[in-house]
Amino acid sequence: MSTLEIRGLKVSVDTENGPVEILKGVDLTIKSGETHAIMGPNGSGKSTLAYSIAGHPKYQITGGTVTLDGVDLLDMTVDERARAGLFLAMQYPVEVPGVSVSNFLRTAATALRGEAPKLRTWVGEVKSAMAALSMDPSFAERNVNEGFSGGEKKRHEIMQLELLKPKIAILDETDSGLDVDALRIVSEGVVRAKADNDLGVLLITHYTRILRYIKPDFVHVFADGRIVEEGGPELAEKLEANGYAEYVSK
Amino acid sequence: MSTLTTNYLTPTGREEAWRFTPLKRLGGLHDGTFKLATRNTLALASAAAAGVTFERIGRELVSAESKTDDVIVGRIHEAATEVTVLKIAANAELAEPISLHRLAGGLTDAELSRVQLHIGANAKATVIIENSGDHLLAEDIEIICEPGSNLTLVSLQEWDSKTIHAGRQHAIVDRDATFKSIIVTVGGDVVRLLPTVEFRGQGASVELLGVYFATAGQFFEHRMFVDHLVPNAKSRVNYKGALAGQDAHTVWIGDVFIRAAAEGTDTYELNRNLLLSDGARADSVPNLEIETGEIVGAGHASTTGRFDDEQLFYLMSRGIAVEDARRLVVRGFFNEIVSEIGNSDIQDRLMTRIDRELEKAGAQ
Repeated sequence: MSTLEIRGLKVSVDTENGPVEILKGVDLTIKSGETHAIMGPNGSGKSTLAYSIAGHPKYQITGGTVTLDGVDLLDMTVDERARAGLFLAMQYPVEVPGVSVSNFLRTAATALRGEAPKLRTWVGEVKSAMAALSMDPSFAERNVNEGFSGGEKKRHEIMQLELLKPKIAILDETDSGLDVDALRIVSEGVVRAKADNDLGVLLITHYTRILRYIKPDFVHVFADGRIVEEGGPELAEKLEANGYAEYVSK
Repeated sequence: MSTLTTNYLTPTGREEAWRFTPLKRLGGLHDGTFKLATRNTLALASAAAAGVTFERIGRELVSAESKTDDVIVGRIHEAATEVTVLKIAANAELAEPISLHRLAGGLTDAELSRVQLHIGANAKATVIIENSGDHLLAEDIEIICEPGSNLTLVSLQEWDSKTIHAGRQHAIVDRDATFKSIIVTVGGDVVRLLPTVEFRGQGASVELLGVYFATAGQFFEHRMFVDHLVPNAKSRVNYKGALAGQDAHTVWIGDVFIRAAAEGTDTYELNRNLLLSDGARADSVPNLEIETGEIVGAGHASTTGRFDDEQLFYLMSRGIAVEDARRLVVRGFFNEIVSEIGNSDIQDRLMTRIDRELEKAGAQ
């Protein structure tokens, strides 16, 4: 049983005109097995929340705490946070030229498990993770994210989620750029990871369509750098009908 | 003092071709103030193969196939009394690479080595030259590719830290021949190489590939010249370098000349440099001179940058420690070219060396 606890989180980014506050005090608690959807208009700070928790150097933490099972994450380097059990599925996964998917996955698994996975079982593990997401086996020999279509990038992110078995996963607009079939395949991967590993999920999205596949336990509306309303799945339906207008105009 | 009577003007460092080179560190190769050694350290290391001969032949029997305006190459042709000649017979198809190794040399006197590598019509071969140890060496390799031949030449500069190495690898590429050069420079104090190409027949195709990694105080210069003299030839240049440490300095010059007669030319050259620390300097100068507009394509690109923070963040967000992430990125950067060598033992050895250079750099 794990708990990610965010308390009073304030985050700024440096701009030409000095630091600008993006997150203005975020409180959120995510436990194993729970799915929290964060929904909000563009520019409300949803992605900033995701990248700040993962430790991207662009974001300055100016206040608040983030802990995983009571341990301070903000004090850790990016790789330490991942080894503590955090995973970020990125909206725009980065190309790493010359590094094959198979080499990358094995290096990551070695880092996270503390020892190199046994080659024999590992090959099978990767194969079945790829098959589960309807990915061609030749995928493993391609360079990380290089020349991948939008859908391939997202499948690759979720394949890592299944292989690397984190405690808490943040999915940053994993649904963007996916057609209906890819959305279903990717969502099923998330649901499997939840069932297999009792994963806690923070699902960041703009649209409600992914919530048909990944049922949220809690929905949080995000606007202007903070959570402005919280509720159950019914809140997503309300957003579907009314949009974000009432929150933006506040 | 050598007794050479060369007519070449001693470079002062103001000439275009010498403006980056630290002349004082050349061991006198440029101005003739070296003691001439009598050794010849280039040796055949692979088993005898049908259609392959490796001999040392008196200079009077081997005429130069090319001209040069490089003073060091000129001195080599004046000084070398014998020529190392590797011949691959016409129509020979060699399954295994021909391997040449560098024997022990020295730094107190200079070896001036003249080599001819001759691949017969429609023959196919790979030649690998492995350089190691500490040497003061000037070497000119003329590569004659007869019509329809296919040669891959891998030249590895895995020198120890005091080596001074200057030279040329000049390919003369005839009709429908294919020549691929892979030059790797990861060791030595000063290395200055001129990979040059002279197209002699139509339909020929050349690839010049290279990687280099300079750490504190090292100077590596790779200066290509691709001369499109005839129509319908194709050339590709791709060099990748990394630099780390105080006064690490690399120079890449890509001169491509498309003469008026060279209609149908297709050429592209690329140089990428990865600066891994402060205090290092990468010079990168592509030059394209075009005398005819009737070409298929001509282009160049040159970039010099630091580690991509987004790449490191992505890898680290998967639990990979920063040193391992840097190693992955650097290996990936070089992999595109190193994987072209086609020999897994050598590729693994080079990647291990690159890891070590990176570790050295990280420790600074």
